[in-house]
Amino acid sequence: MSSQPVDQSFEPEITAFYCGYCGYMAADTAGALKVQYPANVKFIRLPCIGKTDIRYLLAAFEQGADAVYLVACPLGNCHHVRGNERGVARVNRAKKLLDEIGIGGSRVDMFFMSGSQANAFADAARTMTTRIRELGPSPLKVKAGRALGGTA
Amino acid sequence: MIVAEQKTLDEIKTLLGDGRRVLVVGCGTCVTVCFAGGEREAGVLACSLRMACQLDGHAREITDVTVQRQCEWEFLDAAADQIKDADVVLSIGCGVGVQAIAERFPNTWVVPGLDTKFMGLPTEQGIWAERCAACGECLLGVTGGVCPIARCSKSLLNGPCGGSEGGHCEINPDVPCGWQLIYDRMEKLGKLEVLMDLQPPKNWQKSRDGGPRKIVREDLRLPHEE
Repeated sequence: MSSQPVDQSFEPEITAFYCGYCGYMAADTAGALKVQYPANVKFIRLPCIGKTDIRYLLAAFEQGADAVYLVACPLGNCHHVRGNERGVARVNRAKKLLDEIGIGGSRVDMFFMSGSQANAFADAARTMTTRIRELGPSPLKVKAGRALGGTA
Repeated sequence: MIVAEQKTLDEIKTLLGDGRRVLVVGCGTCVTVCFAGGEREAGVLACSLRMACQLDGHAREITDVTVQRQCEWEFLDAAADQIKDADVVLSIGCGVGVQAIAERFPNTWVVPGLDTKFMGLPTEQGIWAERCAACGECLLGVTGGVCPIARCSKSLLNGPCGGSEGGHCEINPDVPCGWQLIYDRMEKLGKLEVLMDLQPPKNWQKSRDGGPRKIVREDLRLPHEE
């Protein structure tokens, strides 16, 4: 974590991929229950988190994301049996690649929840937003000399 | 298949030198199925390099293309225009692919993005193991289909050696003894008597010791024009 003071005005741009089963249902439940979560997360629906390709994760960073995370069914409860385990392996690989690139592997993560867990869905968004506020904008943005977050 | 592994990003960046226009060239054959240099890996590497070079402050234009088979000149022609436009071509084919590009495009600077490791097969998803050393004179007919050249650490023709312990090789307890594998298989097949014939010293001139190798098939060659 950065030792710099946290800039609360920085709104990180976060891309999240969720599966069409638990992830999507959790988002839907959060909406139905009017559970609030940070508005700076953009969601992309995948048929299963096993569909996650490292290209998707890297492309999100290249296109301006400060962080990326996956929302999947709980381990052992994937609709496609082991798709979420494949997602874990890809996130781990992406972390190594991001460290090697210089962006930092802690900017990518994964969360597990069932379709009824609206608060867990909101917590994931809050956790990532808080973490990225502490880390600051993506080094790509800093290098490009952009202003903080969405105000680039 | 030929099995390869990607070099580190730092090694690759060093190899790229000052090249501004970089073309990553993937191959749709062996290195695609061992997940080292196919279309997906070319995309991931190009994207990683774009971001890494941006962070380094090194302005480069990095694109990628994948040809069906990098080890045949004709297949490279599909990407000829892109290759000729590049300051440096980063091949993520095997060593043959890198050289095929260098030969087909004599004015192009080509560098390897992979370390070519061996000829082998996937023993399970995500794990590849060596099976053939291309020694030039196949012995599998007398060793029950287990290669003593590739799978015995000493490439013994009449093994095992004294370093075989509990079915494992002395170099590493995770490496099975090639000659134990041969013996077990011959025993299972009821052909242990085949192993009683001692193998004479191998003619290593048919392998790399004889220099670069070439095969000529006159029946396949095109007639020379007078």
